[in-house]
Parts: sequence; C-alpha cells; structure tokens
Amino acid sequence: MIFMEVKELIRAIDAEAAYTLLNEFKGSKVMAGGAWMKLSVKSVDKLILLDDLNLDYIKEENEYLEIGAMTSLRTMEMHPTIKSLNSGILAKAIKSIMGVQVRNVATIGGSVMGRFAFSDILGALLVLDCRLYFHELHEISLFDFLQMPKVPRDILLSIKIKKSSGKGYFHKVSKTHLDFSLLNIAITKNELFKIAIGSRPQTATLAISTANFLNSQSVINEAIIKKAVEIACDEIKVSTNLRASKEYREVLLKTYLTRGLLEVIK
Amino acid sequence: MKINLRINGQSRQFLIEPNEYLLDVLRKNDYLSVRRGCDNTSCGVCTVLIDNKPVPSCSVLAARCENKEITTVEGIEKEVEKLAKYFGELGADQCGYCNPSMALTVYSLKLENKNANIEEVKEYLVGNLCRCTGYVAQHEAIMKYLGDES
Repeated sequence: MIFMEVKELIRAIDAEAAYTLLNEFKGSKVMAGGAWMKLSVKSVDKLILLDDLNLDYIKEENEYLEIGAMTSLRTMEMHPTIKSLNSGILAKAIKSIMGVQVRNVATIGGSVMGRFAFSDILGALLVLDCRLYFHELHEISLFDFLQMPKVPRDILLSIKIKKSSGKGYFHKVSKTHLDFSLLNIAITKNELFKIAIGSRPQTATLAISTANFLNSQSVINEAIIKKAVEIACDEIKVSTNLRASKEYREVLLKTYLTRGLLEVIK
Repeated sequence: MKINLRINGQSRQFLIEPNEYLLDVLRKNDYLSVRRGCDNTSCGVCTVLIDNKPVPSCSVLAARCENKEITTVEGIEKEVEKLAKYFGELGADQCGYCNPSMALTVYSLKLENKNANIEEVKEYLVGNLCRCTGYVAQHEAIMKYLGDES
C-alpha cells in the first residue's frame, strides 16, 4: 500500500489564506488533483486543499480562454473551444495522458506547478502562448515560469490561452498509451511558427532558433524544413534515461519534427 | 476527522485519518467490490464514480469527498445485470477481478455518450486494465450493451 503521511489537512477559505499557510510553514504543501503527489511525496505537515476556492471553471473571453487552476484535464479535453484551438493540439495532448479516471482527477494547476519532465501538456501550452496568473506573483508567461530555478511558493489561480485558429500538430511517442513519453512535439502555425519539444527527458522547452529560422523564410518547402530540423537538433538537447537513449531520441526528434512541420504547412 | 458521504444513494458518516484514500475507507467499510490493484492510478480496478464521473479511488483523499455522491457497482445493479449478460454470452469474463471497475466505467460512458463507436469505447476504457481477456470480447460485449435500449 502506498502511503503519504499527512499531519494536518486544511481546506483554504481563499487564495490569501492558502498563500499564507504555504509560506508560514515550511512543511506545508498544496494539493491540486493529487494523483501524482501520492507517488512523489512521503510526508506533509500541512496539506492545503484549494477545493473551496472556486477555481474549477473555463471562461471564454473575446481573445482568450481563461481556465481555473482546479479545472480537471477531462473538463478541458471536452471543451469545444479547446478542441478547436490550433487543430485541437491541447485536447490531443491531454487525451494522451493515462485514462479517463486519472484525467477526471488531475488538474491543470497541478500539471503546470509540477513542471513534470514527462509532461505532455506543457509543450502544447508553450506553443499556445500560455500565461499563468498567481496570487502573489501575478502574471507570468509559462515559458518564463519554466525557466525559474525553483517553483515559487505561490498559489496558481488560472491560466490564459490565446484563442487561435491556425494549424497545429501534437505527437507523443510512448511504448504504450499508459506510459510516459519518450519524446513529445507540439507545433503551432499562426502568423508565426512555434515549436516545443518535451520529455527529452527534460521538461518541455521552446525551439526558439528553429522557429526564428522558419519565420524568416518567405516560402517553406521540404529543403527549408530539412534545414530547420538540423537547427532544432543543434538547439534542443536530448539525453538518455531508462526509457530511451539520446541517439534514439535524436532520431525521434528528426522524424516527428519533419512530419509535424509538413503537417502544419499543408 | 468525520466525513459525510452518499454511497449508492445512502448517507454514511465515517471517522477517517486525513491521509486516508477513498479506496481504503470504502474497503474498510465492506464495500469490497472496489478492488485494490496497482495503488498508483495505473490499472483502474479501484474505479468508483464520484458524481457520475469515473475516478481512481486509490488516489482521491476521502476527506475531499465530503457530501459527494459515490457509486460502486452495487449502485448500478440493473445496468450490471445487462452488461453481465453480454459478457457471459461473448466469453468476455475470466477471473472477474476488473469487472466491477469495468462496469462502472462503461456505465459512465453510457451516460456521457451512449452512441459511442468502437474506437470511442476503446479510448474510454484505456485506463481499465484486464490481465486475462485481451479485450476483444469485452469490447464486443460493451457495444451490445450500449445498443441495448431495454
């Protein structure tokens, strides 16, 4: 039986209370969905729950979609606008995670704050220009958040995604549906290209030089794509872990980046 | 701490520890159709419905279920009888360990999308592992169940 010791469970009444508790007590932690926490945390002095903060919502604005941090991945994957954003890449990325049961429990807040190296969602959010809204830190781009040396002890309230109708591509390579990715690739093509590579096995990151190269071309053809893939292989570092070797990941990167770029220029 | 749950339509109150998971609380209180498998969200045999949505009870803290409607397989008896009939006819049943969780997930699919096609059924059941059957007969039985208007 897997066991997580919890000395005290506290249902925060608002974001300020959650923030204060989190920062006053070193041994405190926030639980979002909690599916992964059980496997990664052995003991918590004060476990803070955000269930009463009304953060389970998806709001449509003119240009943006605002998603509360406690919204389940399943709710997101079923949302009609999310299904249509850039060929539905975010819904596709979410669908590739475990089964319906886990996605009913896992939340977008937990998925972001965990900064999981194996995450299939972070890459898709990166190419969708996702911004994060915290209680104290206020607004920050997901890209900047992922560059921070440590996860801030703050309460994520919501994320915002720009509505865009350009093309998109998402692909996860894994041995089985329930397994972690060996590599995942997300691409969007609106006015500009954006490319993210995740599960390298390091956390997802943007291929900025590769996208800049593509964005500076007047015509995109197979020769340009070949050159872009070479740039990506220099720019994006992949390495070996128990799931796959560096060499295998390099082959995956070349293959699926080529396929993805061909897909979005169709 | 005390929690109040609605289990299969009945109000129940339990005394729990803050770190107890729903699976442990249910099994401790004789809801033994909720099975323990991997205990890490991978296999799906601990599935119950919370407010009609399938969740892995091994990973939901019981304290978070205050006043929620919990459904185990005993709460959907009539639907289970129908599904069991097709499982029997098509030889979809072997050791039976995963059957309660499978039935709950299929019932939830029926509530969400009763016209699901075979690909949608496979996709919805990806989190329910069965170590015996190979799934083909189960999928056929589930398609028959979904098409059963009785």
